[in-house]
Amino acid sequence: MKFTSFKLSAGIAKTQLLSKPRQTLVAMLGVTFGIGMFIALISMMTGLNKLTEDLAMTSSPDIRIYYDISPDRKSIAEFVNQEGLNITHHQKPKNESIKVRNAKQIAEQIRKRPNVKGASILLNSQVFYNYGPVQLNGTIAGVDILEEDKLFDLTHKMKEGRIENLISNPDGIIMGTGLAKKLRAKTGDRVVITTPQGFTQTLKIVGLFQIGIGVVDNTRSYANLSTVQTILQKEKSFITDVNVKLYDYTKAKELAPILQNDFGYKAEDWETANATLLVGAIIRNIITYAVSITLLIVAGFGIYNILNITIHNKMKDIAILKAMGFSGPDVRSIFMIQSLVIGFFGSLMGLIFGFVFSYLISLAPFNGGDIISITHLPVNFNPLFYVIGIVFGVATTANAGYMPSRKAAQVDPIEILRG
Amino acid sequence: MKTEVLRATGITKYFYEPEKFQVLKGIDVQVNKGEFVALVGKSGCGKSTLMYVLSTMDTQYEGELIVAGQKLNDWSQNQLAAFRNQHIGFVFQFHYLLPEFTVLQNIMLPALKLNRWTESEVEERAYTKLKMLGMQDHALKVSAKLSGGQQQRVAIARALINEPDIIMGDEPTGNLDSYNTQLVFDIFKELTDVYHQSIIAVTHDEEFAAKSSRIIEMADGKIIH
Ligand SMILES: Nc1ncnc2c1ncn2[C@@H]1O[C@H](COP(=O)(O)OP(=O)(O)OP(=O)(O)O)[C@@H](O)[C@H]1O
Ligand SMILES: [Mg+2]
Repeated sequence: MKFTSFKLSAGIAKTQLLSKPRQTLVAMLGVTFGIGMFIALISMMTGLNKLTEDLAMTSSPDIRIYYDISPDRKSIAEFVNQEGLNITHHQKPKNESIKVRNAKQIAEQIRKRPNVKGASILLNSQVFYNYGPVQLNGTIAGVDILEEDKLFDLTHKMKEGRIENLISNPDGIIMGTGLAKKLRAKTGDRVVITTPQGFTQTLKIVGLFQIGIGVVDNTRSYANLSTVQTILQKEKSFITDVNVKLYDYTKAKELAPILQNDFGYKAEDWETANATLLVGAIIRNIITYAVSITLLIVAGFGIYNILNITIHNKMKDIAILKAMGFSGPDVRSIFMIQSLVIGFFGSLMGLIFGFVFSYLISLAPFNGGDIISITHLPVNFNPLFYVIGIVFGVATTANAGYMPSRKAAQVDPIEILRG
Repeated sequence: MKTEVLRATGITKYFYEPEKFQVLKGIDVQVNKGEFVALVGKSGCGKSTLMYVLSTMDTQYEGELIVAGQKLNDWSQNQLAAFRNQHIGFVFQFHYLLPEFTVLQNIMLPALKLNRWTESEVEERAYTKLKMLGMQDHALKVSAKLSGGQQQRVAIARALINEPDIIMGDEPTGNLDSYNTQLVFDIFKELTDVYHQSIIAVTHDEEFAAKSSRIIEMADGKIIH
């Protein structure tokens, strides 16, 4: 269509829209509401997703290598009675050592791989923390604190003290803030550690860290590797975990099976380890899109309806325009332009509404409680959502307007003029 | 020498609903430049149906139609729309102005669609037509606020704006009182006499018909006079 025809159709569309300002506004508000809610929802949901993912990333290694105690082993009956049908009830696991052999060499080899940011070895154990009358269950990780810092940026997670205190203090321990709070212990206090085997040792708190996830901060503390080996009465090579961090954490899922195959120990990637946390993200995404699409469809039906009514009321005008020499495409564009204008300005207002709404959400105080340490809901102000919003809005209204506009283009003027 | 602006030969048309029925039975019509032709006949004889065929809006017919020297059979709807815009002006019984637009805008629309003149030229032309019809004072009123007779004069101005070869009217005075009927008739008369405009109009008004330059009488789908 020629530009001048388009301009004329646009002029007619404009006059018709402005002559019914309330109806036009109501149609726009339908779109505004749909797009606004989409923006607010997706900003909040992806903000939460990003937070949980970040937390998952900071608290767990990209890949963890450890000895996986296998519950399945053949019962002795299988060997004795090879032909028969053997059922063993209440089979107990074998007394296996959870030691990772040659852990140092494994870490060494992993560090040589491309995309590997660091690999650290550690000795993890369940312990009881005793302070005064309080006894708490938790874990202790014997680490090379500098190597661990490279992987998890512990320096910036310290609330009190410094990680170097651990090096100068063989009997030192860096404790999660939540754990310290429960014990009512402070930096400089001495706590007694009891291992599952019954050994005890007194360690001095030289620092407090906070990662932001309750399950970590409320249970974990770090000590020197040799100290933990001593407490557990294990030899110098006793290591339970090799932690690996990558430059690109999305590659963890590919690399884990390779490492597992190479070294013969279980290698678990962060996504698998945090599956419960991440399942929430998927559900949130589904909800966001389902709700937004529903709102948009409702807005689309609103526009479809309003346009149908408008066209019905404008039958005579359409007939007269056609009699005067306006073609079907001219008439169609008059109504398509109306729906696109409603869609565009409705979406634009929706973007503003969505931005204001998500901004207000980001201001509202929110207590993450023991689970995650946040004071406000995280909101993701990604410009991409605003682009998607306006494209969605205009596309929906274009679809909603197409059928009625085509109907208008096909109006037979004689039918109308004959009366 | 007379120039011919419209010639229809052997126009035949059937309606198939509710049953097959021949409404036009081989009609020949011819209008010359500057002629004011009145089309009369009893109600239901097919006058309106014929006008829709002549106006190119109805394409379901047999026979030959030539307007402004162009044979219009087999043209597409869009081509015919463009042709109407340039060559044919309409005046209907019900004035059919676009209600949200001002008088001036209503008159300008066909010319803006034609896109031969600039917008200010179109406006100037619209004012000229309004003056000719004594309606210049109402130019900026919303058209819905005019009386029936005033609206019909605006509709005539709109029909004239693109300087069509022929103006077609289906009972243009059918809805007007005798004063306005007289007024419209005088305008038509002036248009043909002074400006050599060709007009063909259906009418039930015998006075109106009597003053035209030629009367075509129809009965039962045929021209009898
Ligand atoms: N769409 C249609 N379908 C079927 N028959 C129709 C249709 N339109 C008109 N007719 C019939 O065709 C005949 C001619 O109708 P038309 O409207 O042309 O008459 P007319 O001469 O203009 O009458 P009037 O003076 O009352 O306006 C009538 O018998 C009418 O009933
Ligand atoms: Mg009629």
